[in-house]
Amino acid sequence: MKIIVGQGSCGIASGAKKTESKFKQHIEGNHLNADVTIAGCIGSCYLEPIADVIDDNGVHTRYVHLTSDKVERVVREHLLGGKPVEEYLIPESGRLFLEKQTRIALKNCGAINPENINDYIAAGGYQALKKALFEMDGDQICREIEKSGLRGRGGGGFPTGKKWVQVKSQKEPVKYIVCNGDEGDPGAFMDRSVMEGDPHKMLEGMIIAGIATGAQTGYIYVRAEYPLAVHRLQVAIAQAEEAGYLGENILGSSFNFSIRINLGAGAFVCGEGSALTASIEGNRGMPRVKPPRTVEQGLFGKPTVLNNVETFAHVSYIILNGAEGYRKIGIEKSPGTKAFALTGNVNNTGLIEVPMGTTLRTVIFEIGGGVRNGKSFKAVQIGGPSGGCLTEKHLDMSLDFDSLTKAGAMIGSGGLVVMDEDTCMVGIAKFFMNFTEHESCGKCVPCREGTHVMNEILDDIVNGRGSIDQIDMLLDLADTITNTALCGLGKTAASPVVSTIREFKSEYEAHVIDKYCPTGSCQGLKRIVIDAAQCKGCSKCQTVCPVNAISGERKKPYLINLATCIKCKRCIDSCPFKAIVEN
Amino acid sequence: MTTANKFMVINGERVPFSGEKNILSVVRKAGIDLPTLCYYSELSVYGSCRMCMVEDQRGNIITACSTPPKNGMEIKTNTPRLKKYRKNILRLYLASHNRECTTCPRNTTCKLQDLAIRFGIEEIKFDKTDKAWKDEYKIDNSSPAITRDPNKCIQCGDCVRMCNETQNVGAIDFALRGYELKVCPAFDMPLAETECVNCGQCAAVCPTGAVTIKNDVPSVWKAIYDDKKRVVAQIAPAVRVALGEEFGISKGENVMPLIVSAMRKIGFDEIYDTSFTADLTVIEETNEFLGKLESGAKLPLFTSCCPAWVSYVEEKHPELMPQVSTCKSPQQMFGSVIKAYAKEKHQDDGRETIVVSVMPCTAKKAEAGRAEFVTDGSKDVDIVLTTKGLADMIYESGIVFKELEPEALDMPFGMYSGAGLIFGVTGGVTEAVIRKVMKDKSHASINNVKFCGARGMEGIKEFDLPLEDGETVLKIAVVSGLGNAEQLIRKMEAGEAFYHFIEVMACPGGCVGGAGQPFGLRNTKRLRAESIYASDKQTQFRHADENPVIPDLYNTILKDRTHDLLHVHYHK
Repeated sequence: MKIIVGQGSCGIASGAKKTESKFKQHIEGNHLNADVTIAGCIGSCYLEPIADVIDDNGVHTRYVHLTSDKVERVVREHLLGGKPVEEYLIPESGRLFLEKQTRIALKNCGAINPENINDYIAAGGYQALKKALFEMDGDQICREIEKSGLRGRGGGGFPTGKKWVQVKSQKEPVKYIVCNGDEGDPGAFMDRSVMEGDPHKMLEGMIIAGIATGAQTGYIYVRAEYPLAVHRLQVAIAQAEEAGYLGENILGSSFNFSIRINLGAGAFVCGEGSALTASIEGNRGMPRVKPPRTVEQGLFGKPTVLNNVETFAHVSYIILNGAEGYRKIGIEKSPGTKAFALTGNVNNTGLIEVPMGTTLRTVIFEIGGGVRNGKSFKAVQIGGPSGGCLTEKHLDMSLDFDSLTKAGAMIGSGGLVVMDEDTCMVGIAKFFMNFTEHESCGKCVPCREGTHVMNEILDDIVNGRGSIDQIDMLLDLADTITNTALCGLGKTAASPVVSTIREFKSEYEAHVIDKYCPTGSCQGLKRIVIDAAQCKGCSKCQTVCPVNAISGERKKPYLINLATCIKCKRCIDSCPFKAIVEN
Repeated sequence: MTTANKFMVINGERVPFSGEKNILSVVRKAGIDLPTLCYYSELSVYGSCRMCMVEDQRGNIITACSTPPKNGMEIKTNTPRLKKYRKNILRLYLASHNRECTTCPRNTTCKLQDLAIRFGIEEIKFDKTDKAWKDEYKIDNSSPAITRDPNKCIQCGDCVRMCNETQNVGAIDFALRGYELKVCPAFDMPLAETECVNCGQCAAVCPTGAVTIKNDVPSVWKAIYDDKKRVVAQIAPAVRVALGEEFGISKGENVMPLIVSAMRKIGFDEIYDTSFTADLTVIEETNEFLGKLESGAKLPLFTSCCPAWVSYVEEKHPELMPQVSTCKSPQQMFGSVIKAYAKEKHQDDGRETIVVSVMPCTAKKAEAGRAEFVTDGSKDVDIVLTTKGLADMIYESGIVFKELEPEALDMPFGMYSGAGLIFGVTGGVTEAVIRKVMKDKSHASINNVKFCGARGMEGIKEFDLPLEDGETVLKIAVVSGLGNAEQLIRKMEAGEAFYHFIEVMACPGGCVGGAGQPFGLRNTKRLRAESIYASDKQTQFRHADENPVIPDLYNTILKDRTHDLLHVHYHK
């Protein structure tokens, strides 16, 4: 018997480590013959902690929300009694969530122990490396990747094969393979899941890229905020070296390849190629002007393949199944699958992987189980701070690189934030602009100063200081930033504002003309006032106010100083006469 | 296709190009001055100001500084979109930029101000920020040579690249990010406590008033207006070929007679020439060099005229200090000699001698303040003015420079040879030393020295000098720019090169390119250098030994005090 406790960061955060130790404790106490092991995130983050029981007949039972207090019952009734605990089983919707997906990059996530290379090998791992090493040469590998139509999953969607061919063709003998694991978009976590759940798949992709281009050294740039990913990568690299998949004379061949891990300090801008390589070199992480491009002069000035985690995780599948096999999934111009981080006001949040070309409707309503709490769907922000928002009318649009760009959004790294009717779109734009302003490296003026001014304007609008001409000013600045910023992140920094103005202009107008937030979510547009006719001057509100915004004389109506008030509403709750109201 | 046939189409006109590295150079060659705030051909391409944008035939906006020209490429430089973007970018700059223009040291010479006028920015549309009105950062006045006012910084990074790339000093860099991005020394320490060598090149490239040169003009006025003070001036070689630019005189012209005239009008009591002590330096340094050569002491001998270079050695290569010449720089020699002279000559007039030097240099300000340069309790040089500082005094006095009657320097220290004069340009010290080393001092022979390899604006010049004994061949290197000096030092450390004598000037091009000069581009530096060499040819004496005042000096003031007055041992 085998018990697998999901231990991605999400599982651990929900208490999976306690669940694991409880299992161990009870199994030992009952002298049961059962292995307790771990796996990465299966994607259904909303169901964590998740534990799978595989009995001696190979029957697979999945328990969800299995906190440590429930373990004793599972052990008693299922492990000892042979009868699964119905109450804790994965619900129908949870099964659908997984069944509707097509997994390439995430195939092993949640299924194998990421800290045991044998699990990966048993699941068919490193077969592609063997094939690439002994049955193909660099040109063949490059051609296969090119034919497969694989496009970079990091945001730009640049054809991966083309990149490899360009690096291969460089005369410089020293080349590098760099894996971008600096996932900085708020709400995106697919790269983390791969690194935590199936690190070898990514390593295998990098080694194959090395064979293809003639590089002998790989760097993985991971943000330091991903300690579990870093740990599992370290374990995986050590095990791969031990097993002869990494290091000198890989699998007895003449090919050498080593991989180093480089920790990033969590700057969003370091996800940009040239800033990332600068950071690895020990310099300030700032994008540089191009040309030269990274394929010509990347890391340490040498030709460099720079792909993100998810892209590398697709390589072994392509090598094993051929370009044709890969092209069977997805659509003509965007073949394969794409992982999305589904978050926000949706029932089933988590990580999903679907074929390119799947519609938003399928993702949100079938896989995601629709909008939470029976609310209606308003919009979805796709592609993080560089992306844009899509609405009802885009629901049947195909999710792929080109359709999204055409619709004014982008796949980005694949964050999908679902918003319901109660979400203020100006607030969303403000949230992303705030993020972009704070994450701007500050090198070029349009991004450094432009995002700051845009953020200030949005701050005015959500706080009732806005004016109608500020909407045009936002669009004017957005146009300037988009066309003149130095790097890709700067060029897309204004996208959330542009797309929300395009789709929800009336909401902006309500904020600036009527000083009214239609969803009631902008704190700055709320006023808390004391109705003088009702107030008896008891001073209770004054006592509870944490910022001393309320003043008055006893037995006379009190007053709230709106400039100081933080709208915490404690006064409303404290008033025995219901004299304080929010409007 | 040969390179000569390549062309671009700029605003519909064919413009040929060959060696240009970027579109910007091609556009400028075509007579269109694309605006830039962060571009210098000497520095690496940074691409942060976005002002040099052009539009290609597909409507893409590209920066001209960072894009190489392609044959047949069509671009436009002034489309409505470009105009709008440039204006918006300027507005964004101005939205957060300090607005105290009238009291800024760079008022009227500020590149940002200049572009705002050029593009007709009449209102600061994005006036949303309070940064422009509050001095968020403290002004760093700690350095004797340079003032940093981060409130006026536009984060173009020119100073950072100059300090790091060209000078290899690395005293300043970017800190923080985004809207809070700023340029400062590590841990925001005062500049005076960093490895800064005071070369001032950061200020020379700063487009605004964020890095400026210390202004010592008020103390000069104070000394001049004080009856109890005799204000004695020395003027460095490179000043005379640069000051004219400030007053509309053609670039590089030697205006020394007008400078003397202006300074007399301002009220300086005695006006001399630093070229005089440059002659002394040649004699002392050559003797030191020949002595070391003979005794087999460790070589190369490094020159010591440039105080930024001396600081650089102290900071980065203290192990090389024993190889730096013990000669004081000409400025400091002048100070100690003139004070000793004044003590004897004006024993009873009760006036204190104040030495003011007019220098193309900012490091001289720091040098004059060093503890090593106090003789008999008095500073050898009291106040250091830059070329620009002197120009400011002339402006303030209302003197119409162009219309002045030429006047001659005071004697005896207005006497100098061409050898002393060429100190103002890279290779000059070396050439002067060679002129002294040579036994054949005929006119033809002196003239021929210019072909030895010391002349030219290249950053590193290396050549062999066969001596007249027919045996010894001296290996000589002439370097300008501290980064170039570092390259040479590393080559020597690696055992890849050996030299007998190395001249180092911190500023690219030597003193003519000093940070105290009126703002000058590379082309101007070259014209200044040519002018110095032309003036050298016209001097009565071409080598230092010929200076008629010097033998007398060795017999009087310098008698038994040569070491004391002309040499120094740095003890940082």
